Amino acid sequence: MNTIHEIVLNWGIFERMLAFVLLAPLVGGLLAGIDRKVSARFQGRYGPPVLQPFYDAFKLFQKEKIIVNKFQDFNIVLFLLFTIFSGALFFAGADLLLTIFSLALAGTFFVLGGFCVGSPYSHLGAEREIIQQVAYEPMIILVAIGMYQVTGSFKVSVIAQYELPLILYLPGVFAGFLYILTIKFRKSPFDLSMSHHAHQEIVRGLTTEFSGSTLALIEIAHWYENVLLLGMVYLFFGFNPWLAVFVALATYLFEIFIDMNYARFKWQLTFGSSWLFTAVAGVSNIIVLSLMR
Amino acid sequence: MSVLIFLIVFPLVISLLALVLPRGFHIRKTIGTAANVVLCAVPIYLLVANLDQGPSYFRLESGFVDILIFLLEVLIAGYLIYLSVRAKRYLPVVLVLIQMSMMIGFEFAYGHSIQVEHALFMDKFSIIMALIVGIIGSAICLYGFGYMPEYHEHHPEVKDRRNYFGFLMYLFLSAMFGIIFSNNLLWLFFFWEVTTLCSFLLIGYRDDKASQDSAFRALNMNLIGGVVFAFGIVYLFVTTQTMELDKLLLLDQGTVLLPAVCFAFAGLAKSAQFPFSSWLTGAMVAPTPVSALLHSSTMVKAGVYLILRVSPVMDNTVAAQMLTLIGGVSFLVTALIAISQSNAKKVLAYSTISNLGLIVACAGVNTPAAVWSALLLIIFHAVAKSLLFLCVGIIEYKLGSRDIEDMDFLIMRLPKLTAVMMIGMAGMFLAPFGMIISKFVTLKAFIDGNPAMAIILAYGSAATIFFWTKWMGKIISIRHGEAEVVEHTVSTWEWITLGILAVATVAVCLAFPFISIHVIDPYIMELFNTAPVIDMFNVLVVFAIMFSLLIILPLGLFYYAFINKHYKRVGTYLGGANVSNITFEGAMDSTQPIQLKNYYLEKYFGEERLFYVGVFVSLTLIFIMFGVAAI
Amino acid sequence: MGWFKRSPWVLHYNATSCNGCDIEVIVSLTPLYDLERFGIINTGNPKHADILAVTGSVNEKSRQVLLNLYEQMPNPKVVVAVGLCATSGCVFQDCYNVLGGVDKVLPVDVYVPGCAARPESIIDGILKACEILEEKYSQRKKTGYPAAKE
Repeated sequence: MNTIHEIVLNWGIFERMLAFVLLAPLVGGLLAGIDRKVSARFQGRYGPPVLQPFYDAFKLFQKEKIIVNKFQDFNIVLFLLFTIFSGALFFAGADLLLTIFSLALAGTFFVLGGFCVGSPYSHLGAEREIIQQVAYEPMIILVAIGMYQVTGSFKVSVIAQYELPLILYLPGVFAGFLYILTIKFRKSPFDLSMSHHAHQEIVRGLTTEFSGSTLALIEIAHWYENVLLLGMVYLFFGFNPWLAVFVALATYLFEIFIDMNYARFKWQLTFGSSWLFTAVAGVSNIIVLSLMR
Repeated sequence: MSVLIFLIVFPLVISLLALVLPRGFHIRKTIGTAANVVLCAVPIYLLVANLDQGPSYFRLESGFVDILIFLLEVLIAGYLIYLSVRAKRYLPVVLVLIQMSMMIGFEFAYGHSIQVEHALFMDKFSIIMALIVGIIGSAICLYGFGYMPEYHEHHPEVKDRRNYFGFLMYLFLSAMFGIIFSNNLLWLFFFWEVTTLCSFLLIGYRDDKASQDSAFRALNMNLIGGVVFAFGIVYLFVTTQTMELDKLLLLDQGTVLLPAVCFAFAGLAKSAQFPFSSWLTGAMVAPTPVSALLHSSTMVKAGVYLILRVSPVMDNTVAAQMLTLIGGVSFLVTALIAISQSNAKKVLAYSTISNLGLIVACAGVNTPAAVWSALLLIIFHAVAKSLLFLCVGIIEYKLGSRDIEDMDFLIMRLPKLTAVMMIGMAGMFLAPFGMIISKFVTLKAFIDGNPAMAIILAYGSAATIFFWTKWMGKIISIRHGEAEVVEHTVSTWEWITLGILAVATVAVCLAFPFISIHVIDPYIMELFNTAPVIDMFNVLVVFAIMFSLLIILPLGLFYYAFINKHYKRVGTYLGGANVSNITFEGAMDSTQPIQLKNYYLEKYFGEERLFYVGVFVSLTLIFIMFGVAAI
Repeated sequence: MGWFKRSPWVLHYNATSCNGCDIEVIVSLTPLYDLERFGIINTGNPKHADILAVTGSVNEKSRQVLLNLYEQMPNPKVVVAVGLCATSGCVFQDCYNVLGGVDKVLPVDVYVPGCAARPESIIDGILKACEILEEKYSQRKKTGYPAAKE
């Protein structure tokens, strides 16, 4: 592990980007598979094979392309491209804020895709997706702010190699980040806009009108995004790579646990509680930090 | 110097021509076009000629001009009193009387002793403003040629006073140039009042009850600002014998803090920050060119211009912190209110206040990075927002509504216009175009000095995403079947303007490093002796995104429109109950059309709920600001 | 090779079932039977589905809905008629409003008998359907996809 860490440290920007682009879908897909297996076990079921997400994606690529309008898929392609791009930026050690803005851009394309098709379910899913975006956006920016306050830099490469444990300075920010991570992972109780579980009140929400390979692209973008988000969890524990990877994985399991234990919230509660929790945990942490200096 | 005087006098001449030349006289449009070309070209010349030069100050023998300006001021005051009395509204009368008694008393007591060394000046900031006023102003006047005939077609009840309209528009441009180039505070004040007058008359152009109400509200609030402005000038001169903007900055902070706060207050009123925000949202009754020119790109920018000019005086004071917070409150609250609005022009108005709030906050923070991003915000916002206003103006007459809810499938009905609008919206909020570049820097500037502002910015940007994205989604949704294309009825004048502004929006995004290095950095250097360093890697990344979007978007659209044939087209999923692709079978064998509406969350972000919060908080902050300045 | 065997997604539609078969379909997703072992997901959206599982006999009202759902499913796709009503109309077949089994409207690939159909047989039927899916896919690959249709 330590040698792996050494090797990664010696990579240049483009090598890291390339590594992310190639490895992230594998890791993300595997995590998704573990998610389904673990979820099934929580429910006393046997569950699908761990590689099931890959099977699903392969199958989706083999399906016929059906569309509602010509341009709907374009938005999804852009969503995927910019998600990959933000992840690559992050793992190349670039500016954390820039990564966040770029990820927001990707999210916007996803929402526009949902609006573009002009279907009621998709439309409602898109509206809810924006509400989710608005709910988590402040906290994500606060993560960057908090890390900047401690390390004095927005560079991911600097933050990741900061010697002191960030988590000790940013416990509130980390708690807030965990909270909105549930939204980002699209887990219950916050999976309003589209859910991985079967029937939902708005069918498949945002993705209702996307099928076949486009749906697979959405899944893959989601894998990339998950890896990126776990990378952000890593930053909090960057002082010890072993611990950091362990915590990142533990966080993922924790989110699965939450997912299994909650029913879906209404958007009012999702939105209100996210902003409130951001204010209580994140903002107070940031203010304490600024007073300490 | 002659260029500056030309820029002030030339629009004045054109405005008189616009008033005098009879309507339908074909030479009107020729003269107008020529004048607009000149108005575009001269500021550009100014920029090119002064690219490597610092600020320059101009001495002017101006005894006669001073007297003329004083007389005109009295005349304007008289005219305002006449109009107010005729409309049976007495608050403006009182305000004008207070203001005039102050100015007349001052003139007679001290007028002979005023020594003004440099009446006019010009630095990079003035040039930026001149470019905005010149290019956007003349573009919008071009748009007016196409728009006004249609306006009168749609509103037969409004008396056709097109000459008067043109007169006011050009008069306003002249006054704006005056504000930008005046170093003599008395002149600055005079031009300031002229813009107030123009705004008042233009808002009341329709001359019905609603527009009169809005016009007088705007007048009242700007006059309150004017009264405080006048008080600041008098106080400044009485205590320090200074009447010049540049000398103000050199004086001791303790003595000039109060006048600086007075000027900042006037600036807040002019740029419609809380608690004055209501005049700007009311002003949306005016014809669209007025909203685009006065109420988004130029006049309200004069407010933040003045604040940015005086903010160095307030550096590191409680007053400056209050100013920052007022800007922050305006930014956050109006962004939230904008979520609940479905009237397109009102959304734009609230978003304008919101962005101006951010600029005010930057001015309050007053670090090199903050001022840098304030200037970039001014540029990006002016271009993109005026573009959006003009688009909405066209949509209003093509669809017969300015409600966002009626803009379904806009891309099918007005495809090119929607494309232009998307450019404007992308410039307003989408990374990495325009505004987001400056927000990015603003955030960094805030964190070091004022973490509270960084937090406000985090919440405010989230709200911003909400109302823009849902509007964007509305206009690009596509439905099955044909929709009537109504685009061909848009006049050439309007297309030209939209073209200029759309190109300008993209151009300023691409040229921002150039603008930063050659125009903004020198100004910051003069002010702080250091310039903010932009991370080159970040700039590269931003450019990578911008260029890839500029390449991918057209190619992708082309591919999906013409090349991609490998698909089967099916209807939208309607629970299997599709009758056609846009209707479904409802209860009792009825056929129901699908209707898509956006969320407005009135209950949470309603105007009546948040407006007073903003007003009370900002009033408190203003009182504290004046309190600490007076002590 | 195709991946349909490993990830068949099912859309369940109740044409006019008495709910007996519907409950059995849902039961096969519960821990006792756990359809997801095979990668089977019960989706609510025809555009994501590979298999259309229909319960109940078809009548005038459900006919158009069935056609719409089938039309909106991307190829390759199979139809499974679950329960006796879906296979033939069963005791309802002579009703004035009943058309009969699902095969009166759609090409049915697998018939699952039973009143109500047992979860075991439903699972068996769906796994049969997977094989047909694979076949259809390889056939499509041979004949090529039809050109774009508006």
